[in-house]
Amino acid sequence: MTGRVAGQVDASPPGAAGRAASRALVARYSTLAALVMLILFNVAYTNHFVSVQTLNVNLTQVATIVIVGVGMTLVIATAGIDLSVGSLMAIAGALAPIIFLGKVVPIGEVHVAVAAAMILSVAVAGALGWFNGWLITRFSIQPIIATLVLFIAGRGIAQVMTNGNLQPFKLDAFQWIGLGRWLGIPAQVVVMAAMVAAAAWTLRRSLFGRQILAVGGNERAARLSGVPVARVKHWVYGISGLCSGIAGLVVIAINSSSDANLVGLGMELDAIAAVAVGGTLLSGGRATIVGTLIGALFIQLVRYTLLANGIPDDVSKLVKAALIVAAVWLQGQGRG
Amino acid sequence: MTLSAIPASAPAPLLSMRAIGKAFAGVTALDGASLEVAQGEVHALIGENGAGKSTMIKILTGYLARDAGEIAFEGAPFEARSPQDAQAKGISTIYQEINLVPFRSVTENICMGRESRRYGLLNWPAMHAQARALLARFKIDIDVRQPLNRFNTATQQMVAIARAIGFKAKLVIMDEPTSSLDEAEVEVLFDVIRQLKRAGVSVIFVSHKLDELYAVCDRVTIMRDGKTVKTAQLGGITKLELVASMLGRALSQVAKSATAFGDRHGRIGEPVLTATHLKAARKVHDVSFAVRRGEIAGFAGLLGAGRTETARMVFGADRMHSGSLTFDGVALAPRQPLDAIRRGIGFSSEDRKLEGIIPDMSVSENLTLALMPQLARAGILDEARQRAVVEKFIARLGIKCSGPEQRIRELSGGNQQKVLLARWLAMNPKLLILDEPTRGIDVGAKAEIQGLIKELADQGLAVLMISSELEEVLEGSDRIFVLREGRSVAELSHDEASEDAVMAVMAHGAAVEAARMPE
Repeated sequence: MTGRVAGQVDASPPGAAGRAASRALVARYSTLAALVMLILFNVAYTNHFVSVQTLNVNLTQVATIVIVGVGMTLVIATAGIDLSVGSLMAIAGALAPIIFLGKVVPIGEVHVAVAAAMILSVAVAGALGWFNGWLITRFSIQPIIATLVLFIAGRGIAQVMTNGNLQPFKLDAFQWIGLGRWLGIPAQVVVMAAMVAAAAWTLRRSLFGRQILAVGGNERAARLSGVPVARVKHWVYGISGLCSGIAGLVVIAINSSSDANLVGLGMELDAIAAVAVGGTLLSGGRATIVGTLIGALFIQLVRYTLLANGIPDDVSKLVKAALIVAAVWLQGQGRG
Repeated sequence: MTLSAIPASAPAPLLSMRAIGKAFAGVTALDGASLEVAQGEVHALIGENGAGKSTMIKILTGYLARDAGEIAFEGAPFEARSPQDAQAKGISTIYQEINLVPFRSVTENICMGRESRRYGLLNWPAMHAQARALLARFKIDIDVRQPLNRFNTATQQMVAIARAIGFKAKLVIMDEPTSSLDEAEVEVLFDVIRQLKRAGVSVIFVSHKLDELYAVCDRVTIMRDGKTVKTAQLGGITKLELVASMLGRALSQVAKSATAFGDRHGRIGEPVLTATHLKAARKVHDVSFAVRRGEIAGFAGLLGAGRTETARMVFGADRMHSGSLTFDGVALAPRQPLDAIRRGIGFSSEDRKLEGIIPDMSVSENLTLALMPQLARAGILDEARQRAVVEKFIARLGIKCSGPEQRIRELSGGNQQKVLLARWLAMNPKLLILDEPTRGIDVGAKAEIQGLIKELADQGLAVLMISSELEEVLEGSDRIFVLREGRSVAELSHDEASEDAVMAVMAHGAAVEAARMPE
């Protein structure tokens, strides 16, 4: 009863509103502002920064994080988390070469083989994501635990599939997704941009997007208002799996080989960091796909800046962590 | 011992709380409340939601600081800084859930977290002695080296309580200790309470189940609206008087305003919802009722009577154990709220914050939450239609907000409630279930919402209303179903339902002259 009495006082005192609004503004654009400042710093101090090549290097490196981050943003918007993304990347990355190298069924036509490999491996990753959603909704397991299952087991599955061996290949039709260009833009950047646009639109304009935010904002209220909570959760984890699968294909295409031990290693943390820095609430209910893009670009550029200026990678990890803390703290200022 | 020289008069109470005041951000929770508990007494503390029982106890145990008043314990001023501090000073609180390790020994269960050590190892002889000594305090003599699950439930329960109470407790607070227990377990608990009493320990027993009070308590203090209404010997007060005091009604007071209900009756049509013998796993045992077209049916009952639980079952929010529902002439068996919503049922929860609003979303998004699927074409939201609906309801219900895009958390409680009502009205339901529709909102908004509900019923909507304010149920309902301890015990028409009649049924469960049993 006390909580209820205290809870009644929800109108902010006058005057505080303006301050809260300006703080919200700071929070909203702090990451973008930091990104712009970082770019300006590089323009001034880093040699050869203003070049198409630099742009492409950074975008190709960030693409997989953003692709995974798109799914992660949707998951986090429902107040969940997905730790299995890196392992699902490894599974998709292990499965695709098995198919297009004809290890299961020899396929004569190379484009058919590549298409089958892509579709099947991404679908498997999506199905495993769906499985995460099933664990979470069917047994009411906390997402961090439920997805820990595939975080651990998934990489094991990938290693078993490949007997722990590296799978080298050279197949331009497949590797287009990591090495190809479309109008001079790296293919994976095109994929990334398309996914960001689709997800951002979904979140803002579609019934599904609204349901995601409702579930994250107040799951009990959402359920009582007829939002199919379990279905929504199945879908977001499934989509996160699909995104992971696509990212796994990009990684192996770039590497011309698939190594189940390394594909997607640590990706869950990079993706979560990008989402958090981008301004999506980890407690759910508020999410921004474009924010995740900006967050990932920011983290990427921090790393690039430090490397380009001769600071060793170990140190740059510390700086990266510190900047993430700062960015998330700044956003915290906007919450009231 | 100079005290013993004083001629025996009434002994000084063990605990005395006087003129306690407490406000939360300007809202008064306690206003001059008092409570006295004698040595070795089992003292009941009762009151409806918001009466101030919990606040009183939280102040006593140091969980909250009081704004005014005095507390004396054992004749000396008492101040607890935290629940742990209160326990150290002799006041323990028992919570519903008691965690024990069944397959470990009694000693281990009792000494968990405060083990004696010698040379870095456990000092078993000392711990066994400690456990025996503690149990002896409650007149229990068992082999403390045996695993706990060798003993019967009563003993296990006693061990748990002994552990919680410790050596020092002179006063034990039990806050609704029976709400999650079955009948046999309740009996065990009562034995434990009697044993505590024999050991000279006082108990404050908070409950809303009247029968239990008579079974185990000596005296009762009744609270209402942050004040102490009455303290009495349970032997000298009837259940009816208890109910009347809790609700703040004089027994003879039958001042009921028959506001323009006569003309309503003609518009009441066929039953929309018929519920027979509903039963849930807990709290609802046998509830039957019906709501007709254009009718406001009210649920009356004390806290814990099963009103909310019944409503939630109808809506598919909680599982129905047995019984049957007919909605619009067709059987209804909702497995989830969505099933009920699709049939045209709306449900507004008693807890606006926890189950109503989505705080980070806008007025517009909150308002259209249930309607969303209908506002979408091929999964894409139709913004123009959404805006039209939202603007219509903001105007119709007089929702005060800066605009549809304002976040709902920034609105006052009354306006939030209007948005939630609009959420259901927007989908044009046949039955609207309103659980405490005016709780925690200001007087003006309350009247508006009550007026709106009547207006909706006039237009043919069937409404099922739950309110812990008896007055609201009596004045706002065409028919009243009285629930008592999970059973529907009476059905009264608006004209039959005097406060006396309803309170009598709430207290005794038996039908009195004015009340008929359903069916």
